[in-house]
Amino acid sequence: MSASHTQQPTLLAISNLHVWYELRRFGFGHAGYVKAVDGVSFQLSEGETVAVVGESGCGKSSLMKTILGLNIPTSGEVIFDGVNLSGLKGNGLRDYRFKIGYVQQDPYGALPPFMNVQKILEEPLIISGVKSREERLARIHKVMSEVKMHPVDDFLSKFPHMLSGGQQQRIVIARAMLREPKLIVADEPVSMLDASVRVEILKLMSALQEAHGLSVIYITHDLSTVKYFSARIFVMYAGNLIEKAETRRLLENPLHPYTLALLAATSDPDARNAETFKEVPPGEPPSLVNPPKGCRFHPRCAKAIAGLCDEKEPTEFQPEPNHFVACWLYQP
Amino acid sequence: MIQSPQKLLQIENLVLHFKTSQGVVQAVDSVDFDLDTNRAVVILGESGCGKSSLARAMLRLLPRNVDTYTGRVYLQGEDVMSYGEEEFRQNVRWVGMSLVPQAAMNALNPVIRVGDQVAEPAMIHLGINKQEAMVLVRRMFQHVGVSDDFISRYPFELSGGMRQRVALAMALVTSPGLIILDEPTSALDLLTQANIMNVLKRIKHELGTSFILITHDIATSSELADEVAVMYAGQIVETGQARDFFPAPLHPYAQMLMASVPRLRSESAPMFITGQPPSLIDLPKGCRFAARCPFRFEKCDEEPQMFGKNGRSVKCWLYK
Repeated sequence: MSASHTQQPTLLAISNLHVWYELRRFGFGHAGYVKAVDGVSFQLSEGETVAVVGESGCGKSSLMKTILGLNIPTSGEVIFDGVNLSGLKGNGLRDYRFKIGYVQQDPYGALPPFMNVQKILEEPLIISGVKSREERLARIHKVMSEVKMHPVDDFLSKFPHMLSGGQQQRIVIARAMLREPKLIVADEPVSMLDASVRVEILKLMSALQEAHGLSVIYITHDLSTVKYFSARIFVMYAGNLIEKAETRRLLENPLHPYTLALLAATSDPDARNAETFKEVPPGEPPSLVNPPKGCRFHPRCAKAIAGLCDEKEPTEFQPEPNHFVACWLYQP
Repeated sequence: MIQSPQKLLQIENLVLHFKTSQGVVQAVDSVDFDLDTNRAVVILGESGCGKSSLARAMLRLLPRNVDTYTGRVYLQGEDVMSYGEEEFRQNVRWVGMSLVPQAAMNALNPVIRVGDQVAEPAMIHLGINKQEAMVLVRRMFQHVGVSDDFISRYPFELSGGMRQRVALAMALVTSPGLIILDEPTSALDLLTQANIMNVLKRIKHELGTSFILITHDIATSSELADEVAVMYAGQIVETGQARDFFPAPLHPYAQMLMASVPRLRSESAPMFITGQPPSLIDLPKGCRFAARCPFRFEKCDEEPQMFGKNGRSVKCWLYK
């Protein structure tokens, strides 16, 4: 597990980030915005692991792509390793992207089927200007043994379809580690894998994180895996981070009604589950084009306060140290 | 619980092998199990263990490269394996048992309104007209929790969870006694998953339907399971009641699979199973799990039978 986020220097600072996509009618003419990320702020220290938990369409992928430098922020700041993303172009943007590793969700889709493992791993090194073939091979051997693909030479000539899902995901992780990044962004790295392999991959990522002092942003919808991997959890709903806390505190003392609903919906294998119905908040996440006024969760919330939650967007409160929640129920 | 004297479904020695250029894939290898009315059995297994092929073998939805397809399937006492192709289509599929295939929500026809799609199997298999079918469709939409206004919408206008409910309504509309669900929640969000499991529980209570739930998601499967069957490398290796199985699985593979599930409400760290399942083309002699099993001993070089005790059966020499 990583060190506390108070001691290490800040690696990534995001303040009041907005990522909006413009909608056009018949190809031209403005028709509103999809407000995928709407006012997100957080800081990540060197060597810290954080999980972003949320359902599809909550904006977590847009947040992730912005951090990776693949999206342009509409407003707000992303400062990574002392560099502000907004001002970057051309080579500057390329160098920025090189410093962040990306572990994709679907390993089969993420690996080009017509390239063997050696080509897949060599290409990023060629692009980042490693001229010597010996050095490239040495670095490939190093990451391959780090992701425990032994014997390395046997795997280098294989194509993705010859590997199992777990092995493919190891190659994806090796590729993310190649350029010795300071930050890894992992987008649901185990959701496509079998139960027995999932834990293996999560343990591998933990070991790499510790060995290299990496910062990791782990994007997931599976709360049950988070506590084995992340020091902090951010819960995201409809473009906002609604609760931020240390993992243990969030699981012991969840505050936001949406976090409570997510935890209640997560099952552990138990035959008694079949005897009861789960409590699920009614409705579905709101459209990000026209999100509800006030708190975005209020139409589904059983504890909504009329006249407050449907009128004013909640600000972030801190009911206990290092535990932030955007909900009017916790207004001091 | 209503217990009919006759089993709803009995499967005996079902075998389904495929021919490929590399050899014969033994996807389903002498599978036996049975199921009562208004019960749900979960078939647990990892990808490639043959669980989807088992569903296809039950419904005789076979690809062209079948090598061997033998065994007996009794549905309400009728030996449906002896049926001809046309007889099987008319009397078994949809009417006797229906399938909600994997990613069914993405298999809806994009250019036909969802109400019409759900009505189609009812019109064909029950021989009723459009008006009568639409009455049924409304009733089914109510059961699965989709509002009436959605009947004339197209699939792209519905969310993933809603489309999954529509696929379920389609399987229900011919009121079969048994519904086979292949990974019904794997592509859905957490809260939507919980919703779909609630819908399945409600249908089981209200309509008395039986379910075969094929999944690798052990935690979610416990929401519906009355019985559990664990599949490994084409064979069922353990069967038992859910209330016995979930607290204490018997087969070493089942034990390790359960230990690999990360749990929200427990401190124990999950474990993983080393190695990989054997290739279904080149299967080892003896127990198929032996190569990965920590309890292996000399006897494991011979293939174990199913050993039964207190209503549970295990294919493992440890329980002889």
